Amino acid sequence: MIRPIVIANARIIDPASNTDRRGALLIADGLIAGIAEGSPQGVPDDAELIDARGLVVAPGLIDMRVFTGEPGREYRETLASAGDAAAAGGVTSFVLMPDSQPAIDDGALVDYVLRRAAAKSKVNVLPAAALTKNLEGQDLTEYGLLKEAGAVALTDGRHSIQSSALLRAAFSYAANFDLPVLHHLADAGLVGEGVMNEGLFATALGLKGIPAEAETVPLARDLQLAALTGVRYHAALISTAGAAELMATARRRSDAVSCGVSINNLALNENDIGDYRTFFRLMPPLRAEADRQAMIEGLRSGSIDVIVSDHDPQDSEMKRQPFAEAANGAVGLETLLAVALRLVHSGDVDLITLLRAMTSRPAEILGLASGRLAIGAPADVIVFDPEFPWVVEEAALRSRSRNTAFEGARLTGAVMHTFVAGQAVFSHAAMLEGAS
Amino acid sequence: MAGVLGERGQASGSSGAAGDSPRHLLSIADLDAYKIVALLDRAEAMIPASRGEAKPEFSLAGKTQINLFFEPSTRTQGSFEIAGKRLGALVMNMSVRTSSVTKGETLVDTAATLNAMRPDVLVVRHGSSGAVKLLSQKVGCSVINAGDGAHEHPTQALLDALTIRRHKGRLAGLTVAICGDIANSRVARSNLLLLGALHVRTRVIAPRTMLPKGIELLASEVFTGMEQGLAGADVVMMLRLQHERAQGRMIPSVREFYRFYGLDADKLAHAKPNAIVMHPGPMNRGVEIDPAIADGPRSVITEQVEMGVAVRMAVLDWLVRGDLDMGSFA
Repeated sequence: MIRPIVIANARIIDPASNTDRRGALLIADGLIAGIAEGSPQGVPDDAELIDARGLVVAPGLIDMRVFTGEPGREYRETLASAGDAAAAGGVTSFVLMPDSQPAIDDGALVDYVLRRAAAKSKVNVLPAAALTKNLEGQDLTEYGLLKEAGAVALTDGRHSIQSSALLRAAFSYAANFDLPVLHHLADAGLVGEGVMNEGLFATALGLKGIPAEAETVPLARDLQLAALTGVRYHAALISTAGAAELMATARRRSDAVSCGVSINNLALNENDIGDYRTFFRLMPPLRAEADRQAMIEGLRSGSIDVIVSDHDPQDSEMKRQPFAEAANGAVGLETLLAVALRLVHSGDVDLITLLRAMTSRPAEILGLASGRLAIGAPADVIVFDPEFPWVVEEAALRSRSRNTAFEGARLTGAVMHTFVAGQAVFSHAAMLEGAS
Repeated sequence: MAGVLGERGQASGSSGAAGDSPRHLLSIADLDAYKIVALLDRAEAMIPASRGEAKPEFSLAGKTQINLFFEPSTRTQGSFEIAGKRLGALVMNMSVRTSSVTKGETLVDTAATLNAMRPDVLVVRHGSSGAVKLLSQKVGCSVINAGDGAHEHPTQALLDALTIRRHKGRLAGLTVAICGDIANSRVARSNLLLLGALHVRTRVIAPRTMLPKGIELLASEVFTGMEQGLAGADVVMMLRLQHERAQGRMIPSVREFYRFYGLDADKLAHAKPNAIVMHPGPMNRGVEIDPAIADGPRSVITEQVEMGVAVRMAVLDWLVRGDLDMGSFA
């Protein structure tokens, strides 16, 4: 029998109910059992008491876009190492992209991932299954069987479906089983050999550019096909002002469409690439500052729904290359919240809006019971100090791959405790020292 | 350059290169106007020695220079080889055959291997922008960029500037038109940076498909027609067209390109009467330039090749001796 936990003296922020109040949280049997204003009354005798010291208590983060190397490339990342990184970053659930070897395109593989994750990962792993067989964009997978096996969504991960006819069929069939489709936006022809945002900076570096239209053209198509088919459509990542505008318009007509933004596109811009720094080679690419501002505005207005880490571990062999030959991607689970808090500290976004994009909105899109602090909800809870200063050190990251875009960055805000289903899965060293 | 490109976003810490590393010539963007002029002056002084008419100081005696070319080049590699040898260096040529799969691996691995041989100077050409910079971070010797992707070719820009200065007596105030595939040209980028730093009026002339975004901030003026673009130009600089790659994607055909952008007598007539014609080579006669112009009286193309040796001697001498700043206004 696990002892109940009381987290007292907390600033409890629950974006789902739009509340931000002082109080205490009671966790019992893996669920949130009580929320008290002020000092808690009727604390069970056997309860473990955690003094939050005025820090923020919030729902654990739900990260809708995480890649690992399991199965197939375990040297990059395993479900266990990703789980450790997630727990330290306050991410209590993540959607696992099907881009592994083999690709997760079969019910048996969804089942395998769920069993491995249950045995190895400290946090909840929510498998997204392939939209097409082997992510090849040719043939539909078995959406009904995949859903029965436990897939929470359908996606071709890093791949973007080029055929409009196939996409229409996929959307229709996904709507049939009420599974959301998370789609990556990349017009293959317009991306071409591009490796960074098209513009002056790419021109000066002599690198081929990726125009904004490589994102907006497929998004416009997707939104029309979503309206046609009634699918629950989620644009996995947007990065351009044009895409934010398209989403804002579409949202006025339908609640069934949503979109995400990578923390990288919120915090960084194309200039960060500097002298060909390949850890800033990402897809979608880091865009112009005006695009970054549009991402922030979209977050404020609600036309951008979720923030993801787009955690994509790549080993040094893939990154220590000339820029045009390096792989895309950066790890981000551990730094997600702290980097996102920059937007709060800079006054761009308020804290509850920021947290909503990483808790209740992804939960709504995926149909999860978590992502909120409500009685009876799973006790996936974090305690964080929004003012805790620290410096990102590549060597200290828990991921097996160290391709962070924030090496050496000074961040303000750190997770102090992470609970998954009422179990403590992470405590910050600063809290352990102070505990005595 | 930094000013044009603006501020970085909310980046993490800077890349933080150490200050005591060996000197490199990786890009014109790293040089200021004083350094450029000092290099041109030194190259000018090297001309007799580069021609074998005078005895050079063997400033590279006992030094090892490795020419590492990941892309084939007879002209540039030969020019660097002669320059090194005239200065007394032991010069070794390495041509690295690369398959697309192992390209990057070869680069970092080769860097480590070469570094163990303790060369004093590495001259590197690579097909990928930024690759030479990456390599320079992995070795302990001076590195010269002999062309990296579509990024830069700094010694080409220096030899072009020297050639222009010898013909026109100055650089500031001139108008130089650069014509052709700007988007894929490292020669264009290095020249725009160098000429811009020395207050030369730069023009680029190309069809819209060959004009990269933001070029209007790197060149003084942008034209899509040769007649307007060449009007009043002191120097006409043609670029090599990679027509196998460009055809069907950036231009429909060579004959249409030649009709509108190939340099012939009619188009050249719009430039100043004493305008000179340049080309970095190797030329496609009948593609970007009329053979009669290429081999005509206004062409200084062979002189460019000649200046190449002097410029590369000056650069090698500077990197090894490093006294460029002394005796100049730098």
